[in-house]
Amino acid sequence: MTPPDAAACPVVALVSSGRHPVSGRPGRAREDARAVEMGLTLAGARLQLVHAGNAEEPVLRDYLGMYHGLDDAAAQGELALLPMTPADDAVLLLATWLAESGCRLVLAGQRAECGEGSGLLPYLLAERLGWTIVSGAATIERIDADRVTLLQVLPQGQRRRLEVSLPCLITVDTLAPPPRQSAFGPARRGRIQVVDGLTAEEDSASGEWRWQPARARPKRLKIVKSGNARDRFRAAAARSSAGGQVLTDLTPEQAADRLIAYLREEKILSEEKILGDEMP
Amino acid sequence: MNVRRIDPYAERIRRNRLHPRHQEFARPAWRWAGPNGVTRIDPHAIGALGPNGIRRIDRSGAVVETQPLASSPIESGPSRRMVVIDDPAGFVMVVPECPEGRLSDHDRDLFGLARQLADGQTLAVTAVTFQGAVAGLEEAGADRWIDLSATVDGDTHDPESRLAALVSVEAAMSPRHWLFADSFPGGGDLGRRLAARLSRSSSHGANARAATRVWQVAEGLALSRAGDRQDIQRELPRILLALPECAKPVSETRHEARLVSIDAAGSKTSDMTAVGVVDLGRVAVDPQQIPLSQAPFILSGGRGVGDWAGFHHAAEVLGASEGASRVAVDDGNMPRARQVGATGTFVFASCYIAVGISGAVQHLQGIAKCQRVVAINRDPGCDMVKRADLALIADGDAVLAAVCERLGQPRAAEPSEAVSEAGSGALSKEERYHDAA
Ligand SMILES: Cc1cc2nc3c(=O)[nH]c(=O)nc-3n(C[C@H](O)[C@H](O)[C@H](O)COP(=O)(O)OP(=O)(O)OC[C@H]3O[C@@H](n4cnc5c(N)ncnc54)[C@H](O)[C@@H]3O)c2cc1C
Repeated sequence: MTPPDAAACPVVALVSSGRHPVSGRPGRAREDARAVEMGLTLAGARLQLVHAGNAEEPVLRDYLGMYHGLDDAAAQGELALLPMTPADDAVLLLATWLAESGCRLVLAGQRAECGEGSGLLPYLLAERLGWTIVSGAATIERIDADRVTLLQVLPQGQRRRLEVSLPCLITVDTLAPPPRQSAFGPARRGRIQVVDGLTAEEDSASGEWRWQPARARPKRLKIVKSGNARDRFRAAAARSSAGGQVLTDLTPEQAADRLIAYLREEKILSEEKILGDEMP
Repeated sequence: MNVRRIDPYAERIRRNRLHPRHQEFARPAWRWAGPNGVTRIDPHAIGALGPNGIRRIDRSGAVVETQPLASSPIESGPSRRMVVIDDPAGFVMVVPECPEGRLSDHDRDLFGLARQLADGQTLAVTAVTFQGAVAGLEEAGADRWIDLSATVDGDTHDPESRLAALVSVEAAMSPRHWLFADSFPGGGDLGRRLAARLSRSSSHGANARAATRVWQVAEGLALSRAGDRQDIQRELPRILLALPECAKPVSETRHEARLVSIDAAGSKTSDMTAVGVVDLGRVAVDPQQIPLSQAPFILSGGRGVGDWAGFHHAAEVLGASEGASRVAVDDGNMPRARQVGATGTFVFASCYIAVGISGAVQHLQGIAKCQRVVAINRDPGCDMVKRADLALIADGDAVLAAVCERLGQPRAAEPSEAVSEAGSGALSKEERYHDAA
C-alpha cells in the first residue's frame, strides 16, 4: 500500500446530524462519522467538512472533535456551513460549493439518519457535477493523481476491489473502520465557517409528502393456498423440515468423500480456491 | 390424483385361507386369544401410517388407508392460471438483482409489487436482466422480458454501462414505473443512479424524486421509511426502490415472460467517454475476520469435538468461519464471540456444518435461517440430525481429518510442530482468537 498523496487532492467529507438507533438521541451519524474517519486517515488535518443546514446544530462540534491523533498536533478542524432551512434543497447548495472549492474527492455516508434519509443526495450531486460515484466503501487502499482504489462491501462479508477515476464521490458503509472518539478540546477549537452568498431553493419535490411516525412492519405469515381443508391442515401440521438424507455406517473416509461431494455440488467448495491477495 | 390399485390376484389369496401362500399376503392379526384365554393385542399391527409417518389408530372401526408421505400433494401445489397480456397500456419495469444468476426472495417480492401496480390497468410487467438465462420469470410474474446480457457484462460490476442500457430502455419504452431492490451495492445503487439521471432530463414535477426503502404500496400511495423513525406517504413516483417483503410474491398466476428486444446496442460504447468505475474482482477475505452473523459458510463445533487443533485446521482448509455451541465455549475451547444460538449469534450462513453438536433448541434457534445444514454426529437420533439436510453418522474428528487429507492438506504434515506447540499452544491460540473476534 502506497501512502496516499493527499496534498495533491483535497478531501471533503459531507456530515449531517444523526440519531442513536436505540435511544434516538442526537449525535454523529454512524456512516458520516466513518466517512470523516476515512478522510482523516487519508488527508489528516487537511480534511474539510461541509454541512448544509442549521448553523446552531450542536452535533457539528462532535465531528470537529475528531481532529486529534494526527501528525500535526496543533491541527484543528474546519467546517464549511451552508445555511439553509430544512425545507430547502441541499443538492443545489452543495453542488455549487463543491464546484467552487476545487476538491476532487468527496466522502459521505450512504444514507442520512434524519429527514428523508433516502441516500439519493450523493447520486444527485454526482450527476449534477458529472463526477463518478461509488457506494459502500470499506477502505480506500490508494490514491493516485487520477484514480482511487478501494474495497467495496458486498453481502456476506465479501469485498470487491474497484478502481475509480477522480473526481469522485464515495459513500462509506457501516462496515468501514469505526470512527475515533470525539474529544472536547478539538471540538471547541474547530472552526465553523458560515458560507454566505449562496441562495438556497426550496425543495419542491417533498412538498406534498405526509410524514408520520414509523409503523412496525407487519410480519409475513406462512399462508398455505390450497383448495381442500385436508391439504391445508396437513401443511399446517407438517414438521417444517421434511428431513434430509441420513447416512449411517460410514467410515470416516467415506463420510469425508460424501461431505466434499455435497459441498462441491452446492458450489460452496470450488475446485480451485480463489487465490487472490489477502485483504490488508 | 392417487388411485389405489388393487391386485386381484393378491386379494383372492388373502381371502382363501387354504391357499399355500395365504400367510404371505394376509395382514397380521392384531388381536388373538392367548393360550390361557387372555386376549392379546399387537399394537404394531393396528391402524395405519398417517401422512406424516405417524401411526394413527381409528377406533371407530372405519378402515384407514393412507398413502405414504412421498406422494403428498403439498409440493406440487395448485396449478396456476395463465395470464397473457397482448396489448399493454404501458410497462412496469422490474430490475431483479439475481444474485448467483437466480431470482432471490427479494426479487419475487418486487415482481409481486409490480403486479400490484400493473393489474387493473393492463400494464405489462417487464423484467430487465443483465444475466442471460434467468429461470423462473414466468412464475415470478413477468409478462415481458428484456435480456440485456448481450450489451452488458452481467458478471462484473459495471454500473455505468448498466445505467446506459437502462437509459436506452427508458427511451425506447418510457415505462410507467421502475422497480429496484433497495440493497447496496446492487439494485439500490443502480436505482439511485437511474433516478439521478432521469431527474435531470425529465420534468415529471412532484413525483420525479424516487421513493427509496418503500415497504408498502396501497391505494396509489407509497409508504417509505425515512430517517429518524418516520415514514413518508406520497403519490406513487416513477422509480421505486423497495425493501424485502414489500408485497406478496405472485402465487396464483403464471405469465409468459415474452422476450422483447430493444435496440440498446447503439448506446453501448458510443457516448462512453471514460470508464469511471473499473471492477478489479473479488478480494479473498479471511473467513475468521467476517462477523459470524454475515459469514456465508460456517464450521461449528460442540462437545463432540475432541481434537480442537484439527478442527481449526479443517476450518482453514475448507475456508469456513468457525462457530461453536455453548458447551464448547463454556469449556474454554472457543471464544464467546463465536457462540451460535439463542444467547450467542444468530447466523444466516448458506451452509452450516455442525460437528458433534446435539442440536439443543437454543442452538437450533440460532441456525433457523441457514439454508443448508450438514450434521456430523455419532448419534443418529439427535435433533441436529433431524434438522440437517445431510447427516453423516461418524466420528467428527476422524471425518474432519479425512476431509483435510482428501483436500490435499493433511495436518499430519506438521506433527512435530503440533506436538511442540502443545505446551505453549494454548496462549498462541488465544491470541489468534482475539485478533479474529
Ligand atoms: C438459557 C440458555 C441459553 C442457551 N443458549 C445457547 C446458545 O445460544 N447456543 C448453544 O449452542 N447452546 C445454548 N444453550 C445450551 C444448550 O441447551 C445445550 O446445552 C448446548 O447447545 C449443547 O451443546 P452441544 O451440542 O455441543 O453438547 P451436547 O448436547 O453434549 O452434544 C454433543 C453431541 O456430540 C455428539 N458426539 C460426541 N462425541 C462425538 C464424536 N466423537 N463425533 C461426533 N459426534 C460426537 C454426541 O452424539 C452429541 O450429539 C443454552 C442453554 C440455556 C439454559
